[in-house]
Amino acid sequence: MPGLGIYVLKRFGQAVLILLGITLITYILLFLLPADPARQIAGRSATAQTVENIREQLGLNLPFYEQYLRYLASLLQGDLGRSYIQKSEVTELILSRLPATLLLMAGAIFCELLIGLPAGMLAAVKRGKAADNAVMILSFIGVSAPQFVVGILLLYVFAVLLGWFPIGGYGTFWHLVLPALTLGLLGGGWYSRMMRSSMLDVLRQDYIRTARAKGARQARVLLVHALRNAILPIIAMIGLDIGIFMSGVVVVESVFGWPGIGQLAWQAIQRVDIPIIMGVTLVAACFIVIGNLLADIIAPFVDPRIELR
Amino acid sequence: MRESLAKLGRRKIALGGAVVIAVMCIAAIGAPVLAPYNPSEQFFDGLTLEGAPLAPNERFWFGTDLLGRDLFSRILYGARTSLIIGIVANGIAVLVGTVLGITAGYVQGWVGAAIMRFTDLMMAFPALLLAIALAAIFKPSLWIVAMVIAMVNWVQVARVIYGQTLSISAQEYIEAVRSLGAHWSRVLFVHIVPHLLPTVLVWATLGIATTVLLEATLSFLGIGVQPPTPSWGNIIFENQTYFTTAPWLVFLPGVAIVLLALSFNLVGDALRDILDPTQQGRA
Repeated sequence: MPGLGIYVLKRFGQAVLILLGITLITYILLFLLPADPARQIAGRSATAQTVENIREQLGLNLPFYEQYLRYLASLLQGDLGRSYIQKSEVTELILSRLPATLLLMAGAIFCELLIGLPAGMLAAVKRGKAADNAVMILSFIGVSAPQFVVGILLLYVFAVLLGWFPIGGYGTFWHLVLPALTLGLLGGGWYSRMMRSSMLDVLRQDYIRTARAKGARQARVLLVHALRNAILPIIAMIGLDIGIFMSGVVVVESVFGWPGIGQLAWQAIQRVDIPIIMGVTLVAACFIVIGNLLADIIAPFVDPRIELR
Repeated sequence: MRESLAKLGRRKIALGGAVVIAVMCIAAIGAPVLAPYNPSEQFFDGLTLEGAPLAPNERFWFGTDLLGRDLFSRILYGARTSLIIGIVANGIAVLVGTVLGITAGYVQGWVGAAIMRFTDLMMAFPALLLAIALAAIFKPSLWIVAMVIAMVNWVQVARVIYGQTLSISAQEYIEAVRSLGAHWSRVLFVHIVPHLLPTVLVWATLGIATTVLLEATLSFLGIGVQPPTPSWGNIIFENQTYFTTAPWLVFLPGVAIVLLALSFNLVGDALRDILDPTQQGRA
């Protein structure tokens, strides 16, 4: 594929620029804060002199651009600042909770594909029939239901009433099922719609007609010829899900008591601990940019018709 | 237009959505008349002797909440909050997105590039976290929540309108009008903007669903509309500790949220199919 190296390099450069822009916006938001971080760190009983010293120490008396450059320099060293309330490094807090969130996201991706792909395929094959309408209505409900309602409903039915799963918490495989399913239902709704239209596209192609004309059975046509071609463009889009997950984890982790970065952000909201909220936002944005970058890089391999720009 | 309305009428599901929206609007506007009680009144007999909420009964149709208030009245007033925020926040978002999208698509050059790079940047922010950060900075109130949601939601609209403006501007008839010496404002407002209106209408409808969900989520997290003003999200936030013993306190407002968002999604999707043949939702 000619030009692929340049294409990847260009996309990479764009991703770096976007990340830089994101740091600028988060920093402006921090700067707009009415609260004075020096006073918050010093505590209530501190003298004016102590507050002044802390301000100088943190560089809060410098002009905006200099503070931003300092902030950028510390970000490059992996330093996201200190929590005002927990008195610990934001980077450490986030790193200690990242594995739980990544596990949850892996579970959610599995759930949404498990729900969305077969449902979309069914809808495409039974196009216009009752099954198609049912899948489309369910997918609409899936994307219209707020995740905290879905999460609490699943908790109530499967944990409280039926007792099949633990009521929140973390540790075993059984703890993962309900939160991953909650995240996956929303994505499943989207995937079923995309899978349906992708499958319909493929089923219209000449090679499917050829396969049918040669006497291939319906199941063989669908599973061997159609599915493989319909599924690739969908798989290439997984990277784009990360943005939706990054918003979803805040809600789902707080409903299920899942100790990931979403719960960390939620706890920070309750205590107005801005450095943690900003840190999580920045980390989440990084994930989204990386996800988009991966999707962009994978896309031309999956579909050679995509123009490299 | 009449033909479009007739097409909409043939889609029974979308029609059902429109009916739900109409009912919710009536409930929101008529809440002071329709609600059996004052939504903030705490009833002495609204709690059990142990202080737990009452289940739905003849006097309190949807039961009472943790403070002994009538849930049905609170849900009626909650419809106001959802619809006000849905209309105001989404209205601002669609307006800002449309103006920026048209500007970027019509002016192009460095102005267009700058606007579109900025939307790229905003796309990379996780919407909920950005809204949380903004809500944490400004003290939340009904209007601040609406502004925060608008600041997050304009991006999608801007991108779609940009793409459409770009493709319309490249049409031959636009070149023809230009070569006839039409002023740029005439080209824009007479020959381009009218063709964008169906798309704007579709996004204005779909966007209300997104807005309603985001408001409910922010209120559920405790940084949206603040109690005692009832919002479906904060009703669930306040009562979630009772969800094992009094699940209706969570599920009745939950059903209200799903119904409203679903209805706007169904109507928006039907409008897209009817008005915008290039973006067929159903092949």
